[in-house]
Amino acid sequence: MAAKARCVWLYAVAAEGGRYGFAAGGAIPADVAGVCGGPVRMVSADGLTAVVEDVDEREFGAAALRRNLENLDWLDRTARAHHAVIEAAAERGPVVPMRLATVYSSEAKVAGMLRQRAADLHSALSRITACSEWGVKAFAAEPAAAEAPAPQEQADPGTEPTGPGAAYLQRRRAQLTARRSSREEAMISAQRIHADLERHSVSSRLYPAQSPDLAGRQAKMVLNAAYLVTDERADEFAAAVADLAVGHPSVRLALTGPWPAYSFAGDPETAEQP
Amino acid sequence: MTERTADPAVFRTEQIALVDLLDRVLAGGVVITGDITLSIADVDLVTVSLRALVTSVSTLVESRERSA
Repeated sequence: MAAKARCVWLYAVAAEGGRYGFAAGGAIPADVAGVCGGPVRMVSADGLTAVVEDVDEREFGAAALRRNLENLDWLDRTARAHHAVIEAAAERGPVVPMRLATVYSSEAKVAGMLRQRAADLHSALSRITACSEWGVKAFAAEPAAAEAPAPQEQADPGTEPTGPGAAYLQRRRAQLTARRSSREEAMISAQRIHADLERHSVSSRLYPAQSPDLAGRQAKMVLNAAYLVTDERADEFAAAVADLAVGHPSVRLALTGPWPAYSFAGDPETAEQP
Repeated sequence: MTERTADPAVFRTEQIALVDLLDRVLAGGVVITGDITLSIADVDLVTVSLRALVTSVSTLVESRERSA
């Protein structure tokens, strides 16, 4: 039987050597399993070190990846394993995270990429050194269910319809109006919060709002942002989020992080270009 | 989902939500094209539940259209 075909999964790239010990032959702590359950190792070229794992082509080759990425359980497990390795690497020193499912056919191709993209990768590393990413989400706080009708919704007494059906419709309309105005208020708050947090961060990135079912909350998401914050200002940033939560009762804020700098590793202008 | 109570105005979760993680690992990170075996931007996420989960699908579609 032929040997299993292997390909190489790429997690992150770091500057080679230095006090962080990123070097060929280096390893991430053995208790951090990679996406294929195997040991994570390092490949170096041009002053850069890639954190990689040899993976089974039957699960991680192009055809298999295309199929597996559609499988939610596989995606969940793989995304968490990818993240766990990047986090373990980021504990040692600055790393540029790679997008999920960056797979090469050989180690030589990884080294070739390091040489070819060296300038971009070095500049990405200098951009994120001593920084972490923080996520801030804002949800519209729903108005109380039995809220009184908004003033503009109180109909002229002369034209006010009568009967239980009309009363229901009027009450329902008042509820919808209250909800709509509270959402508008929440969206205005979200803009102000974002503007304020931008002042506490090096850069920011806005993501599309998550669907309410999947975000685990029924409330409408009005902000889904990531901020790159220097480590020395991390406490200040968290304090700013707490102050903003108090100052903007129309929204509820959720803070996640610190994350490796996923949202700031690529150059937004050129990263997507071939 | 557990939430910290230390700061009642801001909620924080102990476990990373998959949807937050996918925002980052599918739409963030450095994108390499060229020698890789498959670009995630070339994957059509056809499963409806998955498309709904991955808020970054629009980003993927955009990047696929730009590189097409």
